Amino acid sequence: MEAFIIQLLSGLDGGSAYALIALGLTLIFGTLGVVNFAHGALFMLGAFCTVTLQRLLSLSHEVIDESQKDFLGNPLKVKVPYLQDWFGEATSNAIIDWSVPLAILFAIPVMILIGIAMERGLIKHFYKRPHADQILVTFGLAIVLQEIIKAYFGANPIPAPAPEVFRGSYDFGLLLGFEPNRIIYPYWRLVYFAFAAIVITAVFAFLQFTTFGMVVRAGMADRETVGLLGIDIDRRFTIMFGLAACVAGLAGVMYTPINSPNYHMGMDFLVISFVVVVVGGMGSLPGAVLAGFVLGILQSFASMREVIEVIPGINQVVIYLAAIIILLTRPRGLLGRKGVMED
Amino acid sequence: MSNSNFTRRNMIKTGAVAGAGLAAPTLFSPVWAANHAGYTNAPQGGSVTLGFNVPQTGPYADEGADELRAYELAVEHLNGGGDGGMMGTFTVGGSASALTGSGILGKKVEYVTGDTQTKPDAARASAKSMIEKDGAIMITGGSSSGVAVAVQSLCQEAGIIFMAGLTHSNDTTGKDKKANGFRHFFNSYMSGAALAPILGANYGTNRKAYHLTADYNWGYTTEEAVRTSTEAIGWETVAAVKTPLAQTDFKDYVAPVLSSGADVLILNHYGGNMVNSLTSAVQFGLREAQANGQDFQIVVPLYSRLMAKGAGANVKGIFGSTNWHWSLQDEGSKAFVQSFGTKYGFPPSQAAHTVYCQTLLYAQAAEMAGTFNPCGIGQALEGLEFDGLGNGPTLYRAEDHQCFKDVLVVKGKENPTSEFDLLEIVEVTPAAQVTYDASIFGGDLGTCNPGA
Repeated sequence: MEAFIIQLLSGLDGGSAYALIALGLTLIFGTLGVVNFAHGALFMLGAFCTVTLQRLLSLSHEVIDESQKDFLGNPLKVKVPYLQDWFGEATSNAIIDWSVPLAILFAIPVMILIGIAMERGLIKHFYKRPHADQILVTFGLAIVLQEIIKAYFGANPIPAPAPEVFRGSYDFGLLLGFEPNRIIYPYWRLVYFAFAAIVITAVFAFLQFTTFGMVVRAGMADRETVGLLGIDIDRRFTIMFGLAACVAGLAGVMYTPINSPNYHMGMDFLVISFVVVVVGGMGSLPGAVLAGFVLGILQSFASMREVIEVIPGINQVVIYLAAIIILLTRPRGLLGRKGVMED
Repeated sequence: MSNSNFTRRNMIKTGAVAGAGLAAPTLFSPVWAANHAGYTNAPQGGSVTLGFNVPQTGPYADEGADELRAYELAVEHLNGGGDGGMMGTFTVGGSASALTGSGILGKKVEYVTGDTQTKPDAARASAKSMIEKDGAIMITGGSSSGVAVAVQSLCQEAGIIFMAGLTHSNDTTGKDKKANGFRHFFNSYMSGAALAPILGANYGTNRKAYHLTADYNWGYTTEEAVRTSTEAIGWETVAAVKTPLAQTDFKDYVAPVLSSGADVLILNHYGGNMVNSLTSAVQFGLREAQANGQDFQIVVPLYSRLMAKGAGANVKGIFGSTNWHWSLQDEGSKAFVQSFGTKYGFPPSQAAHTVYCQTLLYAQAAEMAGTFNPCGIGQALEGLEFDGLGNGPTLYRAEDHQCFKDVLVVKGKENPTSEFDLLEIVEVTPAAQVTYDASIFGGDLGTCNPGA
């Protein structure tokens, strides 16, 4: 029972990352009809927004400490953050400690701008080109972006810890009447799950309850008719691209305490996110979210030691097996719409 | 390359080498060298080219960059530039090394580089290119055992000496050893043998271990080594779970550990795997947890400073082993740190150290043999006893071409004073304690192949 609950929590946690990334992918596909292979790179750029803010907050000047020596035996140069000079040590440490949540505020405008620049500067030229061309150009863009990040930040992972208050883990077992330490789960992963739920809800609310969202949904259903009504649907779709980039970026920002950011992290999620989108149903936002959680939970249970011992390697293929079964039984995916990618 | 060890021509050459080896067990005479110039990429003119095959792209690119810095420093020192680094402390058989700063055998040292990408196929392709197009006389480098085994095999076929870089699997000088391949870096067995007594002393002998093991060659040998050595001191292995090399989030593997009955988690992971699995383990509260009435512990058998930096504060208090560390206070280490630190502004990593040593050792062997013929160099390296390169007295064992030297047991530092000050040395385990019978890992060196 403990194992079941742990793997369920783990699946919800993993599924929330899949759902967030797939949601952004679906937004882009559903509005612009573009298969965006650079979406993983947007997730990675979000993570590096955290790293950038962390470095900005840690900008320092050097003070020579004669009492200590560096590795060459010279007096140690101690780095003192400017924040410490301005606000004192305690406040400075607290601000740096909270750099990951603060990075959300930093990443929102940055990622929206990156998304809009990407769409206006490159992707709009490929709207009427075949999907194969779109895949090639966005995949190429993803590689360029990750090489730029590697050239500047290096290839090694860069630690970006959660705030001190969220670094422990919660003993769910005690809550459910189990002995201590039987079911524990990290606070930050629970925060990530809650954050994903909030972002997903906000995106759906934006599309459902605002005039802008209504126009976008109408445009997704029938772009030409909306255009004939005199609405500049292209401009709204450009903004939606920025919003999708922002969702992917925020998923990356909050993921940094879970896995230290590295230039390749976007690629690790890319293929699986496309599977999630296809399983959910091309162009279906609820489908992307549902498939993200379903596949996350499946993968989690397939990673149990008892399962791997019976079927070695199942954890590596379970998502693809599930995708095959779902697509054989429901060719449009779980919640796919008729007519999308069928012409 | 179509060279084979079993051609008539190579048989004759090998016989000649073996005969020469018997006739001159320690040093090769100039006459011998002059009579055996027929080998792959025999240097023409006043220079000799070395091939540095390191990961310049991919996940170990930073480690590869540090290796490349060390190689450039070694070349500078061999050609008489800089402060000479460890050339001033390097001794062979109690006497100063034969390296004088005038290149190797009087030839100026030049180099070419290749990108292994940490992929065996790419590494073989870049090594092949350096051998065939650039005329490299020796190939060295790498940050992965898979790459080392693949390139070592290629060099054996090509008739080129391979001086391995960072490769820790037992297989490199075990079941996959080759006559043309040599490793200075330590291995999984040594990590296990050095770590177990320290783990026993600090955590007791009544422990239950849970292994997470990277699903490839190096992971298997490390798990086996640590299991064997910890079970020998009374620990029980509760479970050993293979994790895919491409895994990035280890939550599914770490989550069940605490409820498994284990009280120690051993992470047989390296690089990004280590950073991510350790981060997950710390997030799941394992470092603060209690199990079986004891504090839960985490162990990382192979540490690297560059990776420890990636894991940040998560490494604090966690035991592991390493081949070398910049804080060592022997004359060789101090000279190397001074030289490297002055040139680049930060201390060298263990990867940089091992490749610097390998370059100097190759040069020394060439000077001893009086030739660049790989068979001559191989014979000079076999059984070579040296000191002053940072690990104390060291033996290049003839039977498997593995170096035997002291091994460092380290621990993540609780209060680092700088971004480099991440690990502290807990124990310098003497070479005798980590030495094993060369036959236990199987394999066959075969005969040296001079190529051509």
